[in-house]
This record gives sequence, C-alpha cells and structure tokens, in this order.
Amino acid sequence: MALKIITSQCTVCGACEFECPNAAITFKGDTYIIDPDKCTECEGQFETPQCVAVCPVPDTCVPV
Amino acid sequence: MSAPLIPISGLALSDRAQMGQAAEKVGCSASSCGSSAGPADMDPATWAKVKDHPCYSEEAHHYFARMHVAVAPACNIQCNYCNRKYDCANESRPGVVSERLTPEQAARKVLAVAAQVPQLSVLGIAGPGDAAYDWRRTRETFDLVSSRLPDIKLCLSSNGLALPDHIDEIVAMNIDHVTITINAIDPEIGQQIYPWIFYDGKRRTGIEAATILRDRQLKSLEMLHERGVLVKVNSVLIPGINDDHLIEVNKAVKARGAFLHNIMPLISDPAHGTHFGLTGQRGPTAAELRKVQDACAGGANLMRHCRQCRADAVGLLGEDRGQDFTLDKLPETIEDTPEARAAYREWVAEERRDRATAAQFAEAATEPVETPTLFAVCTRGSGRINLHFGKATEFQIYEAGADGIRFVGHRRADNYCLGGHGDSERMDEVIRVLEGVPYILCAKIGEGPRARLAAAGIEAIDSLAQDYIETAVAAVLASRNACLGRSAESA
Repeated sequence: MALKIITSQCTVCGACEFECPNAAITFKGDTYIIDPDKCTECEGQFETPQCVAVCPVPDTCVPV
Repeated sequence: MSAPLIPISGLALSDRAQMGQAAEKVGCSASSCGSSAGPADMDPATWAKVKDHPCYSEEAHHYFARMHVAVAPACNIQCNYCNRKYDCANESRPGVVSERLTPEQAARKVLAVAAQVPQLSVLGIAGPGDAAYDWRRTRETFDLVSSRLPDIKLCLSSNGLALPDHIDEIVAMNIDHVTITINAIDPEIGQQIYPWIFYDGKRRTGIEAATILRDRQLKSLEMLHERGVLVKVNSVLIPGINDDHLIEVNKAVKARGAFLHNIMPLISDPAHGTHFGLTGQRGPTAAELRKVQDACAGGANLMRHCRQCRADAVGLLGEDRGQDFTLDKLPETIEDTPEARAAYREWVAEERRDRATAAQFAEAATEPVETPTLFAVCTRGSGRINLHFGKATEFQIYEAGADGIRFVGHRRADNYCLGGHGDSERMDEVIRVLEGVPYILCAKIGEGPRARLAAAGIEAIDSLAQDYIETAVAAVLASRNACLGRSAESA
C-alpha cells in the first residue's frame, strides 16, 4: 500500500514534500520520489492522501 | 562576466557635468515622474523604506535593481493564468524560471550579483510557487543573505493564503515589503480565476475556495499594515472576468492600508499551457488597462511601471540579466563590494537632489499643455535618455499634460522570439506598439529607422541624448510651441 509519482507529469514543484505526514517524499536526482516503505496513503491520518490533495497536476500521485 | 549595468566610474563624473550643461541649455526640467514618487509626497519613514525599492517607487526604478531567486517552487493554490511547467529563457512572465535553487545556491547567486551590480538594492522571493507556503526555503534564503549582505532589502510575494501564519517572523526578519496578489474580493468572481486551493489539509474548490482565499488575503493585508510592513497588492486584469471589479478591489485594499496597487495585464498564450491560454481567454489591450487604472483614481495609489518579471529576474526592471547569473556562470570565489553599493547610493542621493531642484525650476517655467502628448523614451536607467533606439526592448511612456510631465507606463517591443525575422518585422512591431505616440526620445538612431518612423508619423529625436527625460520632454514642447507661435504670427 503506497503511492508513486508519475515522473513525466511531475512539475517538481515540491508541494507534496512538506505535506507528506510520513516524510516519505524526497527529492532524488531530478524529481521527487515516494518511499513505499514509509507511505501509508495517509490512511488513518487524513481523508485523502496529502500528496494527491496538494499536487497541481491531476493523476500524478497514483497508487503503485 | 559582463560589466556592471552602469559603470560607476564614468557615470558620476560625466553625468554630473552633463547635468550642468543640460540645466543651462534648457533652463528647466519637469517634475519627477510618477504621482507619488518623491520624498515630498510621503512621510520620511515611508520614503526611507521605498526610496531604494524599484517596485515600490517609480522614481527608484530608474536607479535601483532587484533580483528574484527561485527557491520557492511549491504552491498551495492554482490560478487559471499560471503554469510553472514550461520555461523559455526569453520569456518574461511571472512564475517562469530557468533553474530552481536551493537556499545555499540562491545565497551564492545573490552574493555574485551584489558584487557585480552596485545598483542592487532588493532581494525578492516571488515563487515560482508561493513564498509564504514554501516558507522554510524562503526563510532559510533570507537568513543566509541578510547575514552576509545586511544592506540588501528583503521582499516577498504571496497569494496570501499561508501568509497569516508567518507574520511575526516576517516582522522579526525586517522584511518590510510584501506583495499580495488579490484578483477578486467577490468569491463569485474569484472562483472563475482559482479552480482550487489547498488549505487546512484539504483541496477545496468553487465558492468555498474563493471565500477562504479572499478572507486570508485581506487578513494578511490588515495584519501586515498594522505592523508597519508596506504592502503592495497585485491584481491581474482579466477582460470579461474582473475588469470592472478591480475598482472594488482597489477600494477594499486601500481601506485596509495597501501602499500600492499594481493592476497588471493578463498574459495569455496557448503555448504557455495555462487554463486561460488554452481556453482562448485574451489579455487586455494597453487602452483597456489604462482605462481600469484611470477608473481607480482617488483610491489606492497605482503602480504603473511593473514589468511582470520572471521569478528569477536580475537587474533594473526593464533589463533582465538573469541569464548572466545562472549557476554555471557563478565565480568560484566571490568578493563582496559593499563600498561600491554605498558609493552608488551616494551618487543617487546627489543626483536626486539636483533633479528635485531642476523640477522646482520647471514647475514654474513649463507652460500648461492643452492636449496631452505622449513621448516614448529609450533609457537604461538614471532617468536619462541614454539608450540607442536599436537596443531598446521597451519604451518608457511619458505624458505631458495639464498636471505636468509624468510617467504613465511602458510599452514593450521585445525582439525576443523574433529570431530569424529581419529588422523590418521588428519595426512594424515598434510602430504598432507606439500607436498614439508622436515622439521617440533616444540616445541615437539610424537614418533608416528614423525615416520609417517618420513615415508612420513618429518623430525620432536624438539631439537630447543624456538629458533628463523630463528636461528633454520640456525642451521638445518648448520648441514645438515656438514653431506653432511662429506659424501663427506668419499666418
């Protein structure tokens, strides 16, 4: 259970990085990646995953 | 690396001397440009805050440079006119950057620019996302820079949504200029501009989003004003959506203490990939912009010299040198030269005193102008005619009218993205943008362009090179009046 970022869609704005309650998102190389071991899809924490909620491009943070 | 914008050594001596000559030759100079531009128009504390800030003082924008560092890419709202995904280095519009920087890289870049551009007085963070939402990076950058360059003013731009959370820190860090973009105070209109906001852990849309955003923006403005921070409000003029409404916005922000209101034209092009660009929403014409600005007379003071610069712009407002200072071009070791900036500021202070004296002189001497006349000026700063016509990518527009000679805006004739086209196309563009302007004042112009402009009814004048803009405008008016007087006598 984790989300991933579709690199080709990502604008590298970084908004998801500090909304993630699990510190699962980091900047690696040219893009942001989600650590699947840390990602909980915000279950029990928020109604919707925070990266999905803040991402300016639809369908960029999606389930693995 | 290229030379400073204006070499200080040459500037002080030659211009001082020329100033003297100009005063003798013409005997007058008009009032300094901009309605609320000078120290006489505001209290000393406010003048001290704005006198070196090119965006907050029209008068200062002739002398001082700003730079933006793109350290804050994240944003908490979506605006229909904004897309940060694409960049063309030749494009000038907000939200566009060539490279995003870490706070450390940004601090190095600021040091490098400060060492080479003595005109630098302001460091701003204007995204490309939102400086207040991306607060950690904004704060870290400001902390690094203020410890190294205490004489550089700090400034930031925000959509206002996250601003109320950081007001105390903003005040503590001596950030005394904050810009908030407010495009609507009526949520019905706001929802046509903002498809969503991200607030309190949730994406929100429609009226709810527009209402929360409006409330937070106005709250930020009030809080900052109470604490003595100067606030500029930016509004994007979107024809058919908020054109009439901006008069209400102007009143609302004035009532809450905004220092300046900057009404900017929507930049819209399908190639930018913005919602408005893709749906064919057009930007306003120069005349439509002017109409809304004029309709706001008596409200909050208007900024008319905005160049809608990139989030990584460097230099005087009309002259972006960002490409000279990309990360790969920064020198290994950077020696700061605070004494060069101090010397430049002293020179400006002296220049301003002279200009103020010349202006008083002129107030009495200039005859009232019955029909307002527009002048296009080629300048690279210092309030003088000192740029070759062929080098100008924009013209500063001055109007001589019943209330004196004042700056009314600028018109762009960028040669960007015309690569491959000849001078002929560029001239067509220049003639098109100068509609309604009968005179061009420039340092020099070739005979070919002069003839083409003349054929279009525009007189190019290069005999007043190096004069103050107002002095030159007054001289042109005087000689025109003399000609009219002679022809009246002979008739």
